[in-house]
Amino acid sequence: MAIQTVDRTARQIVLTVQEYSLFAWRAWTNLFRPPVYWADFLLQADIIGVGSLPIVILAGFFTGGVLALQSATTLAVFGATAVTGQFVSLTMIRELGAVLTGIMVSGRNASSMASELGSMVVTEQIDAMRALGVDPMRKLVTPRLFATITMLLFLTVVADTFGILGGAAVTVFLNHQNGTQYLHMAYLHLHYADIAQGLVKPLFFGYIIASIGCFYGMRTTGGTEGVGRSTIAAVVNSAVLIIFVDFLITRILLSVLPYGS
Amino acid sequence: MPVVTLQRVAAAFEGPPVFEEVSFCVAPGETRILLGPVGCGKSVLLKLILGLLRPAAGSVQLFGEEIAHLPEEALFPLRARAGMVFQEGALFDSLTVRDNVGYQLLQERRPDAEIDARVREALRFVGLEQTFALFPSSLSGGMRRRVAIARALIHRPELILYDSPTGGLDPVTSETILELIVKQRDVRATPALVVTHRLQDAFALCTHRFDSEQGRMVPLAGGETHPTTTFLMLNEGRLIFDGSLRELLGSRDPFVREFLE
Repeated sequence: MAIQTVDRTARQIVLTVQEYSLFAWRAWTNLFRPPVYWADFLLQADIIGVGSLPIVILAGFFTGGVLALQSATTLAVFGATAVTGQFVSLTMIRELGAVLTGIMVSGRNASSMASELGSMVVTEQIDAMRALGVDPMRKLVTPRLFATITMLLFLTVVADTFGILGGAAVTVFLNHQNGTQYLHMAYLHLHYADIAQGLVKPLFFGYIIASIGCFYGMRTTGGTEGVGRSTIAAVVNSAVLIIFVDFLITRILLSVLPYGS
Repeated sequence: MPVVTLQRVAAAFEGPPVFEEVSFCVAPGETRILLGPVGCGKSVLLKLILGLLRPAAGSVQLFGEEIAHLPEEALFPLRARAGMVFQEGALFDSLTVRDNVGYQLLQERRPDAEIDARVREALRFVGLEQTFALFPSSLSGGMRRRVAIARALIHRPELILYDSPTGGLDPVTSETILELIVKQRDVRATPALVVTHRLQDAFALCTHRFDSEQGRMVPLAGGETHPTTTFLMLNEGRLIFDGSLRELLGSRDPFVREFLE
């Protein structure tokens, strides 16, 4: 009995991964074949990018501030509070800017994509769209996918910037250190490899957020309760996958672009 | 050549088949009324005809083309030639009535003036021109169903599928919907498949015609029945009846007798 349950669960997982892979591949390849719905892309870019701006600014600013607070205490033991700027900028740009933005946008947009598309599925709007001769993959999924990838890149840059500014504010106003020194150290030890690492990650995270959100939305079953289940699955799976993929990318990029290159 | 031909079609999801060995056709100008109890697979059958679902076995031909194994991409142009009215209307709730009705025209990027004119014409056909700028949420159930009919008719479809068009509506609104179906049949001679579990609606479609001079549905003279309106009945996974109203009333099948009584 237990073996049967494990067998069924394993098959279910493999089937889900297979369906997700096919889904994500179709959504990706649709961008290179007409018709491409540019108006929908712009609308989604506005919803995802501009709409997420306040939470990304706040999250970035306070994370940078916390990093400065915590690091200054530890660095003071070694008499190295001067490198607070370097610590904050590297941590934000290499790691936290992309991951925090990814998780914030995942909570905001993967959930909205899953619930919006899920509601359309259960009210037969997706079937109606197909019956009208319009491909929901092209019309709904592909614009969301590319809007999320594009906007997450810019949102990460915003989060990085505000994170460094948050660190600067804490350094100047709470730690009473020199602001010029902070910014100088933040800039001095920054290399192209750090920026490359910080900007490659949001491309993957954006793809994960939109493809997972749309995937769970489009396979919703079971009425309004099913919409709720899809939303939870989309947020949980996209957040976990972001952290897991972050680990993989970091490992790969550290071999390809070692620190200081 | 028939508009729709089904040969030995079976539908199955998880578990026992919904129905098997279903064969019938819809000829040009013909209106077929599909009767059956709730949950016997009538809506599934309609979705199979448009390729929204795939049959487990058998052949489905739409406009002379075998669609059972046609890829999704190839189905869109065929679906665009047909119209479907879904059970609850399935209107896009984020779009106005104008954008819902003119959805196909909007996707084809027709000029705004042409879209407006054709949407108004379609809304006039269903008697709802005043709803042009409203959102579906502000319409009653019957009005939503009529807007769905306008959306299905705007493209001058070569086949129209009605999925329980009067389900859940009061008698007066139901009659308005039936009048629209009869009007479409008698004015434009569009072949149709009407799914219903309401016998009185099925009989009304068969025993009435649209009087263009009076602008309303009137009974056929001398108790006649409409020559190209015929019946199908689905029960317990089988097509148990295919014929005219006279043959239906004379059927000795125990379920047909029970259904009629």
